[in-house]
Amino acid sequence: MGARTEPKIIQYLLIFLALAFFSLFIVLPLVCVFHNALAKGWSIYLTTLQDKDAISAMKLTMITALVAVPLNLVFGVVASWAIAKFDFRGKNFLLTLIDLPLSVSPVIAGLIFILLFGAQGLLGPWLMAHNIKIVFAMPAVILVTIFVTFPIVARELIPIMKSQGNEEEEAAITLGASGWKTFWLVSVPNIRWGILYGIILCNARAMGEFGAVSVVSGHIRGLTNTLPLHVEILYNEYQSVAAFAAASILALLAIFTLIAKSIVETVIVRKSI
Amino acid sequence: MSGPFVRKSILPGFSLSLGFTIFYLSLIVLIPLSMLFLKTASLGFKEFLEVIMEPRTLAAYRLSFGTAFVSAGINAVFGFIVAWVLVRYSFPGKRIVDALVDFPLALPTAVAGIALTELYTPTGWVGQFLQSWGIKGAFSPFGITIALTFIGLPFVVRTIQPVLEDLDPQIEEAAASLGANRWQTLTGVIFPIIFPALLAGVTLALARAIGEYGSVIFIAGNMPMKTEIAPLLIMTKLEQYDYTGATAIAVGMLLISFLLLATANFFQWLTSKNLGKT
Amino acid sequence: MKKSWLMGCITILIFGLAFILPASAQNATQNIPQTKITLLNVSYDPTRELYQAFNKAFADNWLTKTGNTVEINQSHGGSGKQARAVIDGLEADVVTLALAYDIDSIANLTDLIPKDWQKRLLHNSAPYTSTIVFLVRKGNPKNIKDWDDLAKHGVSVITPNPKTSGGARWNYLAAWGYALKKFGNEENKVKEFVSEIYKNVPVLDSGARGSTTTFVERKIGDVLIAWENEAYLVVNQLGKGEYEIVMPSMSILAEPSVALVDKNVDRHGTREVAKAYLEYLYSEAGQEIAAKNYYRPRLESVMAKYASKFQKVELITIDEVFGGWANAQKTHFADKGTFDQIYQVK
Repeated sequence: MGARTEPKIIQYLLIFLALAFFSLFIVLPLVCVFHNALAKGWSIYLTTLQDKDAISAMKLTMITALVAVPLNLVFGVVASWAIAKFDFRGKNFLLTLIDLPLSVSPVIAGLIFILLFGAQGLLGPWLMAHNIKIVFAMPAVILVTIFVTFPIVARELIPIMKSQGNEEEEAAITLGASGWKTFWLVSVPNIRWGILYGIILCNARAMGEFGAVSVVSGHIRGLTNTLPLHVEILYNEYQSVAAFAAASILALLAIFTLIAKSIVETVIVRKSI
Repeated sequence: MSGPFVRKSILPGFSLSLGFTIFYLSLIVLIPLSMLFLKTASLGFKEFLEVIMEPRTLAAYRLSFGTAFVSAGINAVFGFIVAWVLVRYSFPGKRIVDALVDFPLALPTAVAGIALTELYTPTGWVGQFLQSWGIKGAFSPFGITIALTFIGLPFVVRTIQPVLEDLDPQIEEAAASLGANRWQTLTGVIFPIIFPALLAGVTLALARAIGEYGSVIFIAGNMPMKTEIAPLLIMTKLEQYDYTGATAIAVGMLLISFLLLATANFFQWLTSKNLGKT
Repeated sequence: MKKSWLMGCITILIFGLAFILPASAQNATQNIPQTKITLLNVSYDPTRELYQAFNKAFADNWLTKTGNTVEINQSHGGSGKQARAVIDGLEADVVTLALAYDIDSIANLTDLIPKDWQKRLLHNSAPYTSTIVFLVRKGNPKNIKDWDDLAKHGVSVITPNPKTSGGARWNYLAAWGYALKKFGNEENKVKEFVSEIYKNVPVLDSGARGSTTTFVERKIGDVLIAWENEAYLVVNQLGKGEYEIVMPSMSILAEPSVALVDKNVDRHGTREVAKAYLEYLYSEAGQEIAAKNYYRPRLESVMAKYASKFQKVELITIDEVFGGWANAQKTHFADKGTFDQIYQVK
């Protein structure tokens, strides 16, 4: 027993240190959001949330996530099939490319879409001539969101698929199942919790993206403001309570994300035992 | 490296899935990103260097990378302690703490930004204490470091945690039975095993911190030369219609980030190789 | 159990994809003129309250006059940033920015607006004016009276970044103009003086609104250099009795300009209503709204009515002292201009 433990006093000290750091950096900001949101009472809190612009911001945020997450989910599943099930040259390079959006600053992510689709950009004049709006409208908001959440699902699925190996699928194929059938009935059920996990993480980031969306949104109230941008606007209008009320919605979302995530994790652990 | 492009497998769908992967990757990531280099190419190398070497740009780089390094360092220490405590000890509320480690990943950065600013201004809950000790909380490099530490914590904890969990108890017992004390076991046996994971986690935190925008702009104060981070400088250049300047700074940032990531990967490869030998 | 999970995933997927179509369809319909017309007014930071009131008044007026409903969408931000967005394709019908230079940029870099836009409307296309004042804390503890006090050691000054904020450029030029007069055009002393002021700035926000937040909510700084209207907003709405306005001995005549974005209104089919919108700013009703929001009206009759609101002060103009915006921008705010020189000397 003694070989793997420290003296009690050091244990307590470490726990104390960890918890102190943790409260300072995680718990306090969380408390702060709700404290400020409810600073003027529940009724004010609820009325600020029923504001027309707040509701349309929530809608846009949801639509964005509803488009971005499924697309990245499809990509994640397909990419992890190619990468985990097959051995080919340049695989590591491909993996690095897939991870690229994680190391690109959100501001740069926004910038590149302006350079591509903006009125002064590469495709701008053509889009303008055909009356297609991308930048400063919903399509750009969705596009940059897809960009920043691009690798999340794939990153979750690739290790899981890899660790499961190819035996089950190979058995199914030799027994005469079609490739499509094997995929749906053998592979997908095996990674279903990973998929869920990926969706949860991807969704959280999609709903919360700020920097990249801020570059391409145009900040039109009620039209192209996502909830995080709405928070900033309210904050700049000295409506501290309203800003934190909108922020609290996003914080609640984060908490739900964490709860859903730990439930999925418990299931994964239980399954693997 | 010679041999066929892909090893034969009886599983179907390779070309379809790889094809789609590359198509989607190019559409969403590669083509837009290539714009950055296309735009910089129109600048010419000399002008590019001129933008990059401007005192204000250099100061922004220094600040972005400096604060990112400091916060990654803080996270290396405290992230390790948090992971250790979560794996090894039991205490009330452990499960909640464990779940909350991912909070910075789940919380939108703008929300983190206004909450941290509110806390660390001279009138905030934490800021007033700092003020009485003569430390400036928000609107200083200190504030930026705080925000980046918040953002980076989950990366470090989550990469160390599984390695700590998988650690074979026999290794420690063997070390102890050979007469090593706890500290020696920790530094001589456990730490080298953890190190690659720690490095990987710190690198992830670093990469994220360098580019971070949302949580920092609220707390930074945005003083040119003093508290203006590189992503903000890109934003500022954009607002002055200086597209080439903005892209040049962005490319510079990307290059340095990649250099860092490559170095970290190299070290990781080196340590894992050394570990394999012994 | 397995099946239901699968169905769940597929539903989410279809649901998500189903959103793409209406999303793009919506964008297509936005451009077709309907009886319900929408205008997009891209404006700068401190005009939120002004245009909230003005948009409502104009919509009512338009409804009684033509029987059509018009909805006006607003976008606010730093003036330079907003101009950039329009250049990049934000389809504004009208722009109402902090200074002529930002609209000039749109005209110079794109063909959205003709280059002679400023002559199309009265008073240099600036339907209201404003000026730069000081906002200090209750009782004026640091006894700030004029620009000299801002350069003193130990005074903390809040102003936004002239590189991105239109208001900040007016602030900077007002200080510069005062110094020019004080030192009789000795360039070095003028620069030294302005540099002393900017050494006292602890936070340089990117927009006027950010600076006000810093001063009011974070309680940082002894004096805020602000738009007159912004200062009144703070005094009347945010902290009654906690702040005082100090009028310096000399300030600058700030002319926030407005313009029709020709290319966009033609494409949207909104020229008529957009033109009426800008003209309504010059009408008695529009001028009253401006005056109520502490913008100095152009119309003599309205100015006389609200004269008590606006202190008389010696105002310099950008054309007289700085030779127009293009010159001022080049000497002071472009890269390596005086502002950069001030900031890069350590």
